[in-house]
Amino acid sequence: MSSPIESIEQEIVEEFSLFDSWEDKYEYIIDMGKKLPPLNEAYRTEDNKIKGCQSQVWMHSDLKDGRVYYEADSDAMIVKGLASMLVRVFSGQKPEDIVNAPVRFIDDIGMTSHLAQTRSNGLRAMLKQMKLDAVAWKQVSSEL
Amino acid sequence: MNTLTVGYDVYELRKQFPVLKRELKGKPLVYFDNAATSQKPQVVVDALVDYYSNYNANIHRGIHTLAEEATAAYEATREAARAFIGASSIEEIIFTRGTTEGINLVTNTWGRTNIKKGDEIIISTLEHHSNIVPWQMLAHEKGAIIRVIPISEDGEIQLEEYYKLLNEKTKIVSIVHASNSLGVINPVKQVIEAAHKAGALVMIDGAQSTVHLEIDVTELDCDFFAFSSHKLYGPTGVGVLYGKKELLEAMPPFHGGGEMIKEVSFDKTTYNDLPYKFEAGTPNIADTVAMKAAFEFINSIGKENIRRHENDLLRYGTDLLKNIKGVQIKGDVADKVSVISFVVDNIHPQDLGILLDNQGIAVRTGSHCTMPLMQCLKINGTTRASFAAYNTREEIDKLAAGLEKAIKMLS
Repeated sequence: MSSPIESIEQEIVEEFSLFDSWEDKYEYIIDMGKKLPPLNEAYRTEDNKIKGCQSQVWMHSDLKDGRVYYEADSDAMIVKGLASMLVRVFSGQKPEDIVNAPVRFIDDIGMTSHLAQTRSNGLRAMLKQMKLDAVAWKQVSSEL
Repeated sequence: MNTLTVGYDVYELRKQFPVLKRELKGKPLVYFDNAATSQKPQVVVDALVDYYSNYNANIHRGIHTLAEEATAAYEATREAARAFIGASSIEEIIFTRGTTEGINLVTNTWGRTNIKKGDEIIISTLEHHSNIVPWQMLAHEKGAIIRVIPISEDGEIQLEEYYKLLNEKTKIVSIVHASNSLGVINPVKQVIEAAHKAGALVMIDGAQSTVHLEIDVTELDCDFFAFSSHKLYGPTGVGVLYGKKELLEAMPPFHGGGEMIKEVSFDKTTYNDLPYKFEAGTPNIADTVAMKAAFEFINSIGKENIRRHENDLLRYGTDLLKNIKGVQIKGDVADKVSVISFVVDNIHPQDLGILLDNQGIAVRTGSHCTMPLMQCLKINGTTRASFAAYNTREEIDKLAAGLEKAIKMLS
């Protein structure tokens, strides 16, 4: 039985398996970037910024009824699309599930080979921040 | 087509660069990141292999044959470097790790000896971080002040403003010869003349210019000039600092160690003569030896021929890219090296870089280590295509088509 996070990851992997060209793959990522709801201005702060190399990424999370909800934004469209995928995978999940998720879909959809080291590091930085947030929320919910 | 009109056959020249045969994601590599580092011709690779295969030895003190051969090859590069930039003596040619180390050598030795509280150091808005940060570190340590020459919208330094900055407190002007971000060539001759009249020295960052322009440090009359081998078809990890002999002689050493000494006792050490005073430890022998092959490679084609070819690419590319809707070239001036830096309306450079890479086209995106320049131009970065002797018009056609495709995908 796969976890809710793994099920969403699997969905994404299946969606990407339909593409046979890099153009289709990137158009899909760009499209996801465009569809990501804009981040509330109040959350576009220096504190919420994830230090990447070239583009700026903002990430905000909240805990509601024991589940973590993420919002993200970037000034670059492809990174925004990647952020959107991470939000889709993690948002609405339990903190402990997020913390423990191995996250395989990035490799499975071939983005590590398509994104140069420096850029996939940006993706890893986002993932790391989301997990750190989940750790913090796990602590908060255990104290409730 | 560019063939014999430029003085050499670019398609024949390409055959000398093994990496250009590579495919990237199923497409022939289009390498337009030459301002970051150029590719290496077979003669340079061969020189490295030859050194390690046949005469690897530590230089200068060995009495055996290999040491003599290695020393001779190492010193032959010094003479080749001297001739390449028109220095008057090999004592003025210091081998470094590259331009960055050359600048740091000057700030740490000349700077720390000569800069005092309240002194002024002039740089320009166009500077690479490597010609900003070492001076800032020095200014911070000494309580000196950094003054910055402003630029026009097109990225040209404003000479009148520069003249106003010069005063009796100005100790040195350190300025880039050609901007790595925009390609704009600075009027260094005027900069140097005015600085000298004001009693200040001038350091030229030649990282970008040395591969494209005829360099004659004696005629320029600059006091220091630094460049890197890897941007002129040579190996990474080696470069040259030129300094006027009388200045170098008066400067304290940079690093202490072997090679840079004459005599050492626990009470006192006397330093070696120029240029060895500044070359402590075992240097980067192999790359230094192979740098000579890079100088010879350039000389064999002729810098003037290369420049004519690169100017053709620059004009051709500028016209093509300018006609793409939404593209705006930064630093679109007459006198520049073969760099086209551009922004596209509402599109982040990183997105363009990723989509071009997927089409086999290597460009650079971002701030190009010139964050203050980007702040001045009020942009978050550019996409930069920079051309070398081996690039072709057909490759620029691919860039233009690839760019149009990327813009379409992102709009």
